[in-house]
Amino acid sequence: MSAALWALVAVPLAAGALLAAAGRRADRYAPAVAVTASAATLVAAVSVAAARPQTQVPLLAGLPFGLGAHGLSGPMAVAVAAVTLAVLVSSAAGAGAREPRARFFGLMLLFCGAMLVTVTATALPALLMGWEFMGATSWALIGFQWRDPVRAEAAGVAYVTTRAADLGLYLAAGAALAGGRATGLDLDRLHEVPAPWLHLLTAGVLAAALGKSAQLPVSFWLSRAMQGPSPVSALLHSATMVVAGAYLLLRVQPLLAVSGWGDDAVAWTGAATALVLGLVAVAQRDLKQLLAASSCAQIGFMVLAAGVGATTGGTLQLLAHAAAKSLAFLVAGFWLTAFGAGTLPALRGAAGRNVVAGAAFTVAALGLAGVPPLSLWAAKDLLLAGALEYGPALYAAGLAAAVVSAVYAVKALWYVWHPPGPVPRRTAAPPTETATEPRAGTPTDAPAEAPTDTSTDTPTETPVEAPAPRSGAGSGPPGRGPRALPVPEALSFAVLALAVAALAALALPGPRAAVADRIGARGEAAPYAWEFALTAALALAASAATWARSGRRGHLPAGLTAPFAGWLGMEAAARALLVRPVLRLAAALAAFDDRVLDRGVDGLARGTVRFAGGVDRGAEAAVDGAVEAVGAASRALGRLARRPQTGQLHAYLAQAVAAFTVLAAVFVLVR
Amino acid sequence: MTAPVLTALVFLPAAAAAALLCLPRAAGRRVFLLTWAAVSAAVLALTVALWTGYDHGGGIQYETHARWIPSAGIGYHVGVDGLSLPLLALTAVLFPACALYALRETRRVREFAALFLFLETTCLGLFASLDLILFFVFFDLSIVAMYFVIAGWGHPGAARAAQKFFLYTFAGSLALLLGFIGLYLAADPHTFDIVALAGENPLAGRSGYGALVLLAVGLGLAVKTPTVPFHTWLPPAHTEAPAAGSAILAGVLLKMGTYGFLRIAMPLLPESWRTYAPAFVAVGVVSVLYGALVALAQTDFKRMIAYTSVNHMGYILLALGAAAALGADTAAARRLAVTGATYQMVSHGLLTGALFLLAGVLHERGRTYAMDAYSGVAARAPAFAALTGVAVFASLGLPGFSGFIAEFQILAGSLGPRPVATALAVPGILLTAALLVRALQRMFLGPLRLPDSPGTPRPFPDLRAHEAAAIVPLLALAVVLGVFPRFVLDVVEPFSRTVLELVAR
Repeated sequence: MSAALWALVAVPLAAGALLAAAGRRADRYAPAVAVTASAATLVAAVSVAAARPQTQVPLLAGLPFGLGAHGLSGPMAVAVAAVTLAVLVSSAAGAGAREPRARFFGLMLLFCGAMLVTVTATALPALLMGWEFMGATSWALIGFQWRDPVRAEAAGVAYVTTRAADLGLYLAAGAALAGGRATGLDLDRLHEVPAPWLHLLTAGVLAAALGKSAQLPVSFWLSRAMQGPSPVSALLHSATMVVAGAYLLLRVQPLLAVSGWGDDAVAWTGAATALVLGLVAVAQRDLKQLLAASSCAQIGFMVLAAGVGATTGGTLQLLAHAAAKSLAFLVAGFWLTAFGAGTLPALRGAAGRNVVAGAAFTVAALGLAGVPPLSLWAAKDLLLAGALEYGPALYAAGLAAAVVSAVYAVKALWYVWHPPGPVPRRTAAPPTETATEPRAGTPTDAPAEAPTDTSTDTPTETPVEAPAPRSGAGSGPPGRGPRALPVPEALSFAVLALAVAALAALALPGPRAAVADRIGARGEAAPYAWEFALTAALALAASAATWARSGRRGHLPAGLTAPFAGWLGMEAAARALLVRPVLRLAAALAAFDDRVLDRGVDGLARGTVRFAGGVDRGAEAAVDGAVEAVGAASRALGRLARRPQTGQLHAYLAQAVAAFTVLAAVFVLVR
Repeated sequence: MTAPVLTALVFLPAAAAAALLCLPRAAGRRVFLLTWAAVSAAVLALTVALWTGYDHGGGIQYETHARWIPSAGIGYHVGVDGLSLPLLALTAVLFPACALYALRETRRVREFAALFLFLETTCLGLFASLDLILFFVFFDLSIVAMYFVIAGWGHPGAARAAQKFFLYTFAGSLALLLGFIGLYLAADPHTFDIVALAGENPLAGRSGYGALVLLAVGLGLAVKTPTVPFHTWLPPAHTEAPAAGSAILAGVLLKMGTYGFLRIAMPLLPESWRTYAPAFVAVGVVSVLYGALVALAQTDFKRMIAYTSVNHMGYILLALGAAAALGADTAAARRLAVTGATYQMVSHGLLTGALFLLAGVLHERGRTYAMDAYSGVAARAPAFAALTGVAVFASLGLPGFSGFIAEFQILAGSLGPRPVATALAVPGILLTAALLVRALQRMFLGPLRLPDSPGTPRPFPDLRAHEAAAIVPLLALAVVLGVFPRFVLDVVEPFSRTVLELVAR
């Protein structure tokens, strides 16, 4: 059975690598190959989820590469494979003939394989491998349309931000190894690591998980990631990459509990993200930005569930959100191609033009709103029961966040179901708002956004080429009507919509116990009936109020939403506090390197040459002078020695007499 | 093993170089280049044979011990163990890649090929040496050969850069020689034999003497590695060297420094190494962060890669320093760190070799390394862009490539023994990721813009067949090492165990 487990990760990775490497030559076959591979992956996922095999091969000394499908891993693998299939089928139907499809489908499959490694990993090394590889493929997918510098830059921002968080996993692995190498870094035994290392381990896991899941305070990368094609968002930013963090936290829930502070930190971060990013979502005027902020907020509920130990509720929320959000992104992508613009005013009435897409989006949005009897409503109650047990303040925060999610979901619905009326135009919208999807940090929700001011809603805005990777499939001005919805794409929509509804069944007592048993959750708080009723009433009331208010005065007061429109300036803050100081430090060090260190070495060399010159002039002159002096003295002596040689006999005789006299004197004296 | 197969492997390229020099220049460019490629391919085949015949955990194998200058305690002693085998293999892989890359070289081809073949002998010889003087001879000869490669075939400013490279690393080698003589004098009987010295541990209990010897050896190796603050010869040498020269310089020659730490400093000076390990850890961490930060500020693509080498080599020093912190509870972690350090040498050799060859491709087309001169290159040269992208992500430590296996082991293994230093070094992998991805994005993505200087060939052709044949195998090997690391780890892990036992004495 472990063969199926290996196939589960190997099929998408191998097929993806082949497609990506083959390049444009494989464009014709890419959609078919990708859909086939992804279907095979789904089969493998279902079979491993049923049989729960476990396998490992040696990787590093004492640290094997292990995969397994027990606990949460099995359902996660199925969810990932299923959403991948749905997204790929939908993209295959809409892929234009001139698009680099081999690269697109290859990268999607590589991403899927990395995500499957992440969710089936049994120990930290394998998890980290999948985790990091997933990040790199997300860079390539977000920057898929690389000719546009804005998108390339957005990919870089998203990648660097998530990798910054990933450093936590390196530290966690080191801490786990230092503290308890006997555990082999097994995810299920991380809580056995002893105390000083336990805290570093917890902190590392927390940082990595919260960063990957775009929780506060690093949610901004998800906003930038919306520059990617819509199918990419449908896969990465709904069901897979962003929920990897929540999955990890749910998986290592015992570690959070044992650490003594990890669970509190996680619970409150999740609640805060659910509430604050929900408000950010309300303030967006671009559909994809709204959905991105909503992803952060909905994942906040999962993170909250991990913090309070409501693993069953968190898991259900994860699965339900995966279905609802990928559906929403797929429909958004369809509209983006069809209408050439992604702002809510430009999408007015979009739902009415294609009933299947409209209905699918309605199911997704109502699901996100928490409207009964759809699955997210039931999931939220399960996890909020854990929050209630934890404390009333956290429960209240969760309820508030649930109300906010109804507001943003219904806001989006209101726009897509209300065609623009014949209203006199005043001013044209700034062209940037439609030319590209807006960047985070730029105010995207101008006060003029209120529906009473319909000048920005008129369909006369310049249609632009659709940024989705299927622009070949015909994008026309909204007035001309949308392109037809291909059957496979409609089928994907239908299946996902069905899942949004059907997953609610898992919240019923019987299936719920089965799920809890499957993922190994024990003794978790079960919600009372009044809790279901309360959240249902709140969701319905908030939805109705938003719908009614939207027609008259906008969704929330502009004063309340204005700060949230720019994602709270998180990216600007990160740039000011981290990026710019690091760049300044780098420039200073580079200058130091050139002007001090390198010059110092050059100076040493020059000093040596100068010293040599000094030696040449000083010592060399003295030594040479001494040699010259010796020579001169020798010459002088020689001249003296030549003097007696006169050639005259009497002179020699006199010399001989003098010499003999001296000799005689010496002889006499010495003796 | 009786046949001196290792000696044949080491001296085969030098013999071929001598033969090439005997041929007349008129023999034609192709003859010289193809001979070079063929001989280095033969060396690769021999190395593969060596690897398949190698017994994991069998200690030193393929040993040859011959008398050379017995009166001075110098012998011709070569052999292969779990440290030298991967580095021999790395050398044997990189040289054929450079030969393929240089197939279009036109300047003084006979000398170019002969010089590279001679350089290959010095590299192989160094990694096989088991005698300090033999090591030193190969160490210095490699500097000489590289000097001529840079000065003779480099860019316009090469003369000065080559001179700096030569003088700086030569001065380092003198410090190394001083240390070797110190070891020789301490041993009884006097010997330069590494195996004998490791067994005898001559400086046990002589802390002052040991410290001086470690200082000399450490200084010499630190210049070669290079570590901050002895790295300033590296950027000019790389920027001015021809692409193949840069690939060998970064891919093989830098490893001689870290190899020396593992082969000489740690096993021969265990006591001093343990005492002064914190200093090496500090130098390692500073190199990691300083190298990454200075690389971040570079505007020249090749210079940036040169600084990332300082960063990557810093991890090795960090791991080797951390491995000296004794303690039974961290034994497994320290073994992991040493294995990771060895793996990093191989991985960095492959990936930086590939990156420098890619930088050469860029310069050949655009005549500049200035990053802001390029934009959207992927539109004109998609294969080149794709390979650069793969090399960049591999170099920043992406799982699935060899760099991850190395850096994960280093960081996870060093954290236990040296928590603060390692925690400080971890952001280094984020900095390299940021700077490499930024460079990739600015040069290869976005709207198309190419340098338009006089003499620029206007069409920016995509990767040629021989260039791809040089670069793709390096990256493919990095993938193999990243996905199936066991076949190398099985060789390296016994060595890590041995060297840590020696350090623990």
